[in-house]
Amino acid sequence: MSGEIATSAWSSQQEAAALAAPSPAEKRRAFDWRMLLGLLLPVAVALLWEAAVRFGLAQGRLVPPPSRIAATLWALAETGELWTHVWATLWRIAAGFALGAVAGIVFGALSGASGTVRRVLDPTLQALRAIPSIAWVPLFILWLGIFEASKVALIAVGVFFPVYLGIAGAILSVDRKLVEVGHVFRLSRVKLAKRILLPAVLPEAVIALRSGLGLGFMFVVAAEFMGASEGLGYLLVDGQQMGKPDQILAAIIAFALLGKIADSLLVLLTKPLVRWQDTVRERL
Amino acid sequence: MLQLEHLSKTYADGTRALSDINLSVREGEIVSLIGGSGCGKTTLLRLIAGLDRASGGAIRLDGEALSGPHPSVGIVFQEPRLLPWLTVSENIAFGLDHLSATERKSRVRHALEKIGLSEHAERWPRDLSGGQQQRVAIARAFVTNPKVLLLDEPFSALDAFTRASLHEHLLGLWEETRPTVVLVTHDVQEAVTLADRAIVMQPKPGRIFDELPLTLARPRDKTGLAFESSVRRVLTALDHSLNTSRQQPQRERDRQAAALWW
Ligand SMILES: Nc1ncnc2c1ncn2[C@@H]1O[C@H](COP(=O)(O)OP(=O)(O)O)[C@@H](O)[C@H]1O
Ligand SMILES: [Mg+2]
Repeated sequence: MSGEIATSAWSSQQEAAALAAPSPAEKRRAFDWRMLLGLLLPVAVALLWEAAVRFGLAQGRLVPPPSRIAATLWALAETGELWTHVWATLWRIAAGFALGAVAGIVFGALSGASGTVRRVLDPTLQALRAIPSIAWVPLFILWLGIFEASKVALIAVGVFFPVYLGIAGAILSVDRKLVEVGHVFRLSRVKLAKRILLPAVLPEAVIALRSGLGLGFMFVVAAEFMGASEGLGYLLVDGQQMGKPDQILAAIIAFALLGKIADSLLVLLTKPLVRWQDTVRERL
Repeated sequence: MLQLEHLSKTYADGTRALSDINLSVREGEIVSLIGGSGCGKTTLLRLIAGLDRASGGAIRLDGEALSGPHPSVGIVFQEPRLLPWLTVSENIAFGLDHLSATERKSRVRHALEKIGLSEHAERWPRDLSGGQQQRVAIARAFVTNPKVLLLDEPFSALDAFTRASLHEHLLGLWEETRPTVVLVTHDVQEAVTLADRAIVMQPKPGRIFDELPLTLARPRDKTGLAFESSVRRVLTALDHSLNTSRQQPQRERDRQAAALWW
C-alpha cells in the first residue's frame, strides 16, 4: 500500500473538510480594515471639540482642544524635556517590572509546583495581596528613602502579585492528561518540567506578565506622585499645580502610547514561544 | 507474554474497580476487552501501563514484574493527548529522545507514511481532524517499538468511516512489529475486526466474565457469515454479562452453540 493511494482511500469526509478550511492563522494575516472603525469615535469627538473651541462655543480652558495638547506635546519634545521624563518613567518601570516579574515567576513556580510550598507560602502572600499596594508607600519611604529605591519597590510590588498568581495558577491548571503522557515515556522530573510543564504554562505566563506590566504602569504614576522631580507622573502633578491642563493631557497621552508600545513589545518578544497557540492574543 | 495474576484494584474511596483478574496474552496476540462502562477496563490498562498501582496481584512481561511505566509498554488513550506545542512529527518523536537524530528522523518518516500523514508532518495538532490526531497518537506509541501496546477505546469518539480507516492503519502498523495488543472497546464489531480473543468483563467489582476466541483468518471480511456469527457470539456473551450476572458462562456458550446447530 503506497502512501498516496492509501491516504486518499482512508481519509474520511470529515478529514477532507478539516483540510479544506483555511486555518485561523491564515485568515488573520490579511489586514482587517474594520479595525479602523475603532478610531471613528475618538477622532470624531476630537474634531467636534476642536471645532467648538475654534468657533467660540466653548472656552477650552479646562479641557484644551486637541491642537493645543499636540502643541504642548511638541514643545516638550523639542526642548528635550519630554524625553527626560519618558526615560525616568521607563527606567523605573523597567527596574520594578524586572524585580517584580522575576520574584513572581520564582514564587509562582514554587507555589504551583509543590503543594507543601504552596501551603506555607500562599496564605501569607494572599494576605499581603489584600493590602492596597499604595498603603506600602509610607513604609517604603521610611525604609528606602524618597528617591528611586522606594519607587521601584512599589512598582515591583504591583507587578509581583498578578505574575505570581498567573504563574502558580497556570502550573496548577496544566492538563494532568498531558503530564501522564510524560510519565508514560518515563521523563525525569527535570525533563517533565522542561518538555511538558514549561511549554504548557507559557501562554498563561505571557498573559500574567502582560497584566503585570499594565500594573507597573499604574504604579509608576502612584510612585511619581509621591514626590519626584522628573517622570511623566511628575508632569501630571506639575500640570495640576501650575494649572496647565494641556500638560496633564499631554502626559496622559504619552502614558497611553508608552503603555501600548511596551505591551506590544512584550507580545512581540514572547510570540515565538507561543506561536502554536492562536487564542492567547485574543484573550486580553 | 503478558501475564496478569490475581490482579485487583480498590480505589481510595473504596470502589472495587478490579477483583482477581487472571489473564495471559501471548506475544503478538491482539486481545480485546469488552464490557459496559464501569467494568474497570480503563483501570486495568492504567495498571499495566504503570500509571496506577495495583492493590494486589502482579503484572509480568516475559517473566519480569512490572511496577511503573516500562519502555516496552506503550499506551494510546481515549483522547489523542497530543502536545499542542509540538508539530505532528515532533509529537511522534516524543518518546525517541534516546535515539540519534538520524534514527529518530527515519522512524518518524516511516511512521508518517504508514499512517498516511506525511504531508502534514509540520502542522500543529489543532489543524488536524480528530481521526488524524488519533492516528498521530497511535504512531507516537508505535515508533518506540513496544512489546505491549495498550489501547483504551481509541476510536470511540470517531465516526464510523474514520473508525474503519483507523482499524486498517492499526493493523498496518501491527503487521510490522507484531506487538502484543490489549484493546479496550465497547464496540463488538471492532473487537471482532481486530482481535484474536475477546474478553468480556463485568462490573462491581470489575472481573472477567467470559473469553471468546476469534479465529477468523486475516484480513477479515466484515460481510462474511463467519464474521456475523462471531459478532453474534460476542453480543450474546455481552448480553448475559449485563443481564444475569450470576449465570454460568460455559453453559450459556453451549446453549448458544446448540442453538446455532439447530
Ligand atoms: N480515580 C478513581 N477513584 C475512584 N474510583 C474510580 C477512579 N477511577 C475509576 N473509578 C471507578 O472504578 C470503576 C471502574 O472504572 P473504569 O476503569 O474507568 O471503568 P471502564 O473504563 O470500564 O468504564 C468505576 O466504578 C469508576 O467509578
Ligand atoms: Mg474507560
